Amino acid sequence: MEAKTARTLLVDALLGGLVAAAMALPMLGVRLEDSANGLSLSGRLDWVAWAVGIVAGGRLLIGLLRLLLAGRVPSPPAPPRAVMAYVGWAMVAFALVLPFLPFSGRNLVDKATLVLIYVMLGWGLNIVVGLAGLLDLGFVAFYAVGAYSYALLSQTFGLSFWVCLPLAGLLAATFGMILGFPVLRLRGDYIAIVTMGLGEIIRVVLQNWQDVTGGPNGISGIERPSLFGLSFKMVPPEGKQTFAEFFGLEYSADHRVIFLYFLILALALLTNLFTLRIRRLPVGRAWEALREDEIACRSLGINPTLVKLSAFATGAMFAGFAGSFFATRQGFISPESFTFIESAVILAIVVLGGMGSQIGIVLAALLLVGLPEWFRELQQFRMLAFGGAMVLIMLWKPSGLLSTREPTIRLKDTS
Amino acid sequence: MRFGGLFAVNDLSFSARPGDITAVIGPNGAGKTTLFNCITGFYKPQVGRITLNHPSGPILLERLDDYVITAKAGVARTFQNIRLFARMSVLENLIVAQHNALMSASAFSLAGLLGLSRYAGAERRAVERARHWLDKVGLTSLADEEAGSLPYGHQRRLEIARAMCTGPVLLCLDEPAAGLNPRESAELNRLLLDIRDENGIGLLLIEHDMSVVMEISDHIVVLDYGRKIAEGAPAAIKADPAVIRAYLGEPDEEEAG
Ligand SMILES: Nc1ncnc2c1ncn2[C@@H]1O[C@H](COP(=O)(O)OP(=O)(O)O)[C@@H](O)[C@H]1O
Ligand SMILES: [Mg+2]
Repeated sequence: MEAKTARTLLVDALLGGLVAAAMALPMLGVRLEDSANGLSLSGRLDWVAWAVGIVAGGRLLIGLLRLLLAGRVPSPPAPPRAVMAYVGWAMVAFALVLPFLPFSGRNLVDKATLVLIYVMLGWGLNIVVGLAGLLDLGFVAFYAVGAYSYALLSQTFGLSFWVCLPLAGLLAATFGMILGFPVLRLRGDYIAIVTMGLGEIIRVVLQNWQDVTGGPNGISGIERPSLFGLSFKMVPPEGKQTFAEFFGLEYSADHRVIFLYFLILALALLTNLFTLRIRRLPVGRAWEALREDEIACRSLGINPTLVKLSAFATGAMFAGFAGSFFATRQGFISPESFTFIESAVILAIVVLGGMGSQIGIVLAALLLVGLPEWFRELQQFRMLAFGGAMVLIMLWKPSGLLSTREPTIRLKDTS
Repeated sequence: MRFGGLFAVNDLSFSARPGDITAVIGPNGAGKTTLFNCITGFYKPQVGRITLNHPSGPILLERLDDYVITAKAGVARTFQNIRLFARMSVLENLIVAQHNALMSASAFSLAGLLGLSRYAGAERRAVERARHWLDKVGLTSLADEEAGSLPYGHQRRLEIARAMCTGPVLLCLDEPAAGLNPRESAELNRLLLDIRDENGIGLLLIEHDMSVVMEISDHIVVLDYGRKIAEGAPAAIKADPAVIRAYLGEPDEEEAG
């Protein structure tokens, strides 16, 4: 028995090494050298050996750890519903006071804003993936539509952020619906492939439609948001007051950073509130039913087309809001901000959070977006740490950080 | 209904009356499930006509989409391999079945989103209906459990309750007694008779267990290779030589017992 497990471990490690060798040989094994008499190839087999050694050793280590720790690393039991509600409120309270805590500064608030953007995107995608079970890999497209909608509406028609925000959401939702049509008949992984393609198409269009989107140069000088007409600029536009003047404060660039933080916090909480509410409503329940079994849905008279399109549109709408916020925060957008890797990160947040858990998504966003921001000093090893952390978490909790589902209605509570 | 060169259901005509339990029997592969899929719109037969005499007038089913058949014509079904919403609770399964009523009551959920009382009332009624069927199938105490965690027999009954929550005029059950023990099977018989007598709806039942079929059905249709080989009252079917040859003639455990 012992010998047998040892052998499977070794075989596993060797196979891992073999795969690593196959990949490392062309990628690390040869090097193009620029010498006096032209280009020449030189081998770099020592690197390949290192790669193979690390992969095989790592594989062996993981295997051993799994064997030794099996059943010993406690998988914490799902906290009860009441506790989760408290945790949620505590998180909201903390988020509300964060900018005013003694240790927080402009840098921290700025990073927290970034994390909140991803929390909001995660919550939006969660509607499509976590609730409706439609594996959408092109979510960033709607984020882009929101950002460009705001930038273009504000620059072309001079509309304010507050007018553009709902319009951008609406436009993104429309796009969600349009892009939803081609995937109506598809299931599972096929949806993922097609949505990924559609997401790329949107980006390529943005990149090439020079006259409207500015092409690869993007759009700059996007209008910053104001608070009920109070500007956050040093010098207010003609006939406007600044925030600092109005409240008798000394001008500080921090005001805008903090304002943006609260703006995204409000938008994210709106997304959360919406999701918590819609889950208890017919549409939300139909989304979850669709995730569980589409054929059963049909047999109950539920029109799957409407259910799918409503999920795509709703998720896209929140991405559109987030996109507008992104544009107004950056003041500059270009297609480069909306690459496939963004979709992948948002999806990773949803999956890691535990498919459908609102708090799980916050934790995952902190982990996947917040931590890497802090460890910027690690530089090129950042992605390595990121990947390593993902692998470890997925080994430890394959169904995500928080994956228990609470019923949306209880017979006990209704009588 | 044809799959490539195979006629799964061919040259079949029969009628199921409201207030009757009509059983469809036949050996494995006879085309019973395919027949159900045609009636409920999951398959579209290449030729033929399926008419439902709905209280509000006749409806041609073969032209409608599957979900429209349930929503507008009032045909509900269960599946040979149970299809519950496994990770949703028992009660949620029954509420989802009332989706269309709840949607119109809540103006596509908008009224609910804004917290209007109109939706609260509709949901209360939906819960009452769910509670009624939970009591009928004896699952009230398990209402808040995950549907997928229930024992097999309970899942079968829950699926029937869920179909009934759509408020059908015709209920199609695909082998509801499969995998049940004798006690559960007897309970199921009572449930089906109860549904027939109280709701006055038509039941269409696929069943292998002859004791169930003979005991509760009012009318039997026998299929073999997609064709009807006999039709009539249980006693007449029992004595029909064609049926005995095709179906009852096979050595059968249930019959022996
Ligand atoms: N989707 C399908 N594609 C091809 N053949 C099918 C399909 N569904 C059923 N059949 C065939 O039709 C015949 C009848 O099947 P079915 O209706 O499931 O039988 P029963 O329910 O009476 O056991 C079988 O020969 C089966 O292989
Ligand atoms: Mg069958």
